[in-house]
Amino acid sequence: MTTVPGPGSHRGAGPGGVADDHPRPGRHGAGGTSATAPAPAVPGRRRRSWRRTGLGALGVLGFAATWELVARAELVNPEYLPPITTTLARLVAELGETRFWSALGDTVVTWALGLGLALGAALVLGTVIGLVPFLRRATHTTIEFLRPIPSVAIIPLAVLLAGLSREAALIVVVYAPFWQVLIQVLYGIADVDAVARDTARSFGLGRRHRLRHLVLPTALPYVITGFRLAASIALVLTITAELVIGNPGIGRQIDLLRSAPDAPGLYAMVLVTGALGLAVNLGTRAVERRALHWHPSVRREVPQ
Amino acid sequence: MADRTALLSVRDLRKTYPSATGPVEAIGSVGFDVRPGELVCIVGPSGCGKTTLLKCISGLLPPSAGEVTLDGAVVTAPPRTMAVVFQEYGRSLYPWLTVGDNVALPLRARGVGRAERQRAVEHALEEVGLAQAARKYPWQLSGGMQQRVAIARAVAYRPEVLVMDEPFAAVDAQTRADLEDLVRRVWKDLGVTVLFVTHDIDESVYLGERVLVLSASPTVVQEDLAIDLPAERDQLTTRALPRFTELRTHVYEQIQAAKRGEAAVR
Repeated sequence: MTTVPGPGSHRGAGPGGVADDHPRPGRHGAGGTSATAPAPAVPGRRRRSWRRTGLGALGVLGFAATWELVARAELVNPEYLPPITTTLARLVAELGETRFWSALGDTVVTWALGLGLALGAALVLGTVIGLVPFLRRATHTTIEFLRPIPSVAIIPLAVLLAGLSREAALIVVVYAPFWQVLIQVLYGIADVDAVARDTARSFGLGRRHRLRHLVLPTALPYVITGFRLAASIALVLTITAELVIGNPGIGRQIDLLRSAPDAPGLYAMVLVTGALGLAVNLGTRAVERRALHWHPSVRREVPQ
Repeated sequence: MADRTALLSVRDLRKTYPSATGPVEAIGSVGFDVRPGELVCIVGPSGCGKTTLLKCISGLLPPSAGEVTLDGAVVTAPPRTMAVVFQEYGRSLYPWLTVGDNVALPLRARGVGRAERQRAVEHALEEVGLAQAARKYPWQLSGGMQQRVAIARAVAYRPEVLVMDEPFAAVDAQTRADLEDLVRRVWKDLGVTVLFVTHDIDESVYLGERVLVLSASPTVVQEDLAIDLPAERDQLTTRALPRFTELRTHVYEQIQAAKRGEAAVR
């Protein structure tokens, strides 16, 4: 992976980090806070969080003002950098066009399909490999070799296999997130606590119950972390594929507007990708809070 | 020495671990019998292999030699009629399940129907004084309450033998006293056989009908002591009895002797 993670994925490991950099969700107790932990919403911290929101808004305004000034002062050729007001006006105009919505729809469908396929395959394969020590040892080297191959490097291969199509884009979109989630599943399955396992054994839990009530819940924090990172990477790759392969979507719009040339339209579409990234990040964090409500990184404990 | 009436028999149990400097003998040779309905405390100096011994007895760890029999059958895997309460309640209870679901899980795995499961969980939580906590999560409870949940899970499992591995080592002194009385009550109410491991001498004398004093590693049974205190025990009056003081002094001396590696003091 040479691509950077999508906007907002500043928490946790970036894509392509070495195995040891992967966030390891903690279990129980004080050691449980980890890199994956969103700041727990404690009522007493509400004021601080308001201040953070205010500062955030100030930062955005500052950025917009700088952009506007630089463009108005024509420090950069106005053909390459339209003022933000022009760009936003253009964006609002685009919101009334069907071609924009259909491009957005295409991007979201490609992203969701790719992410879903990557998640599903990684979950199933990761669980099977993780539970069988022989398979784990046998696949370790191969996984470590295939994982760091950048998704963009397989674009020619994908086009060769599937033509200039959404299928080709999907191959690219699935590739990197798949490894991301697979590695997390493997770590998660290996992390079952010794006492928790002894408990399951002494109370006669069979294979099926151990998988469902012990192994998978243990792996869940890892899976969610993988999912969150994978969702951002998948979006980056979706846009990349549309730009390079030319399958319909926002990425293709960007390329068309570049060759028009239509700078305000181009910038408007880039802003849209940013908004998409933000939405993906917010969505995945909401999923995380919901699925891991019991995890030390999310839960609210009674002070003792 | 074979006792025909024994429910649980430990015969010449040995456990050695491999290490860089050759095999380490954790348990030298331990043998004892437990009759049905007994409450036996096992006490010994720290690091004497109490947990290893319990793991062998509960079928979680294979012994290097010797055997454990329960109801006449050799224990090779965790037996259905035995329930274990672990010291680390925070790791033994599953944080993703509610208190009720934690207690119900072993019953579910055994194929107990929903209605009966519900009844058993309610009853078990009532027994440990947590009838209102079924919908909470373990981590929303204090340490002592979490260990009560673990005891309720064992109670709902309806074991013949209840094995407890230093269950109160991580709770504060006041909570510990309450939990000790809870163990005595559960033992009487259910008529189960209890094997209670502790490093606390007072606790072993207060709780047990019989105390097994273990030696330092390689472990043997240093002494098998009957506790002739009244059946009704009370934190204040029982602990104030001269006989209680005699017994605890005796066990204390045995453990000091065990640490020095001497044979039993007579």
